[in-house]
Amino acid sequence: MERRFIVRGLLVGAIGGLLAFVFARIFAEPQIQRAIDYESGRDAAQAVLDKAAGLTAETAGPDLFSRTIQANVGIGVGMIAFGAAMGGLYAVAYALACGRTGKLRPRNLALLVALGGFLGFYLIPFIKYPANPPAIGHEETIRDRSGLYLVMVVSSIAFLVLAVWLGQRLKPRFGNWNATLLAALACAVAIGIVMALLPSLGHLHANVEQFGRHPTETPLPLKDPQGRIVYPGFPADVLFNFRFYSVAAQAILWAAIGLCFAPLAERLFAETAQAPGTAPEPVTA
Amino acid sequence: MSMSTLPTTRTTPVVLPGTRAALWLFGTVALCLAAYYFIGVDQGATSVFGNSMYIHEFVHDARHFLGFPCH
Ligand SMILES: [Zn+2]
Repeated sequence: MERRFIVRGLLVGAIGGLLAFVFARIFAEPQIQRAIDYESGRDAAQAVLDKAAGLTAETAGPDLFSRTIQANVGIGVGMIAFGAAMGGLYAVAYALACGRTGKLRPRNLALLVALGGFLGFYLIPFIKYPANPPAIGHEETIRDRSGLYLVMVVSSIAFLVLAVWLGQRLKPRFGNWNATLLAALACAVAIGIVMALLPSLGHLHANVEQFGRHPTETPLPLKDPQGRIVYPGFPADVLFNFRFYSVAAQAILWAAIGLCFAPLAERLFAETAQAPGTAPEPVTA
Repeated sequence: MSMSTLPTTRTTPVVLPGTRAALWLFGTVALCLAAYYFIGVDQGATSVFGNSMYIHEFVHDARHFLGFPCH
């Protein structure tokens, strides 16, 4: 049984990743290109300033992969592999959730687990540390940023799981509806506390020292020694579009996982019900 | 909830009694987390294959777009 879940999970994940890739290729790539163009322009302006100040600019290493490869093959492989990985984890979560999350039809559970994956793996961490296009983010803080992001992902997932557990515990006392609301509220409060405790990216030591306290690492206008702006800050519209499309792509990915897995799960349960020899033990929960 | 009711109205039973499928579950979780790690984290904060940047550069756009921190 678990093998059939996992195979189907990997498959629907890859399908979701493929759809998200098509979306990314059409909508995200132009924004990524704009961000890279901004970065190149800014680097050139910085080089002029450095030269005027008598500094020698460091030359960047050669690109390992051309932009064409990155923007077509690389992002495709990345999105599909990510989708398959999420699908595999989704299938495990689904199999474990069966029979432990109250009275739910197989396909409703499929949609709820997908919603949980979307929230835990992406949307809740995004609220604190949103996706950034290239050109945003400093080399010196990559370690801190990755660590903080992963802390956000792990705590989001942990609190969602705890919320499900809490909801089941509260159900006999408060009923299904109120127990669900209470558990969701507790989860929101707990995650809110974690978000309040974790630092904003602009408040990281290296950033405060170099740029002062800002909420993010988004590039500010570049100024010459006289304080005149020689290159603008990162374009707000590119940033918004990139983030908006990033959320949309993940919504597509997780919706595809939930919607494709739902009928498959329903059928798997119907099959096992018809073959009593392989049927799992029914439980009264 | 029992096996005799119609499948379409049935709620989900416990599929995995916990230990039975542990190997499959752990294998899948480990594999998927490794994929998650290599797409999103490796060759940024840490690096498994030394100082190379091949994976990072190859899936670079996906890494940004999927919400992972990058350069
Ligand atoms: Zn990058």
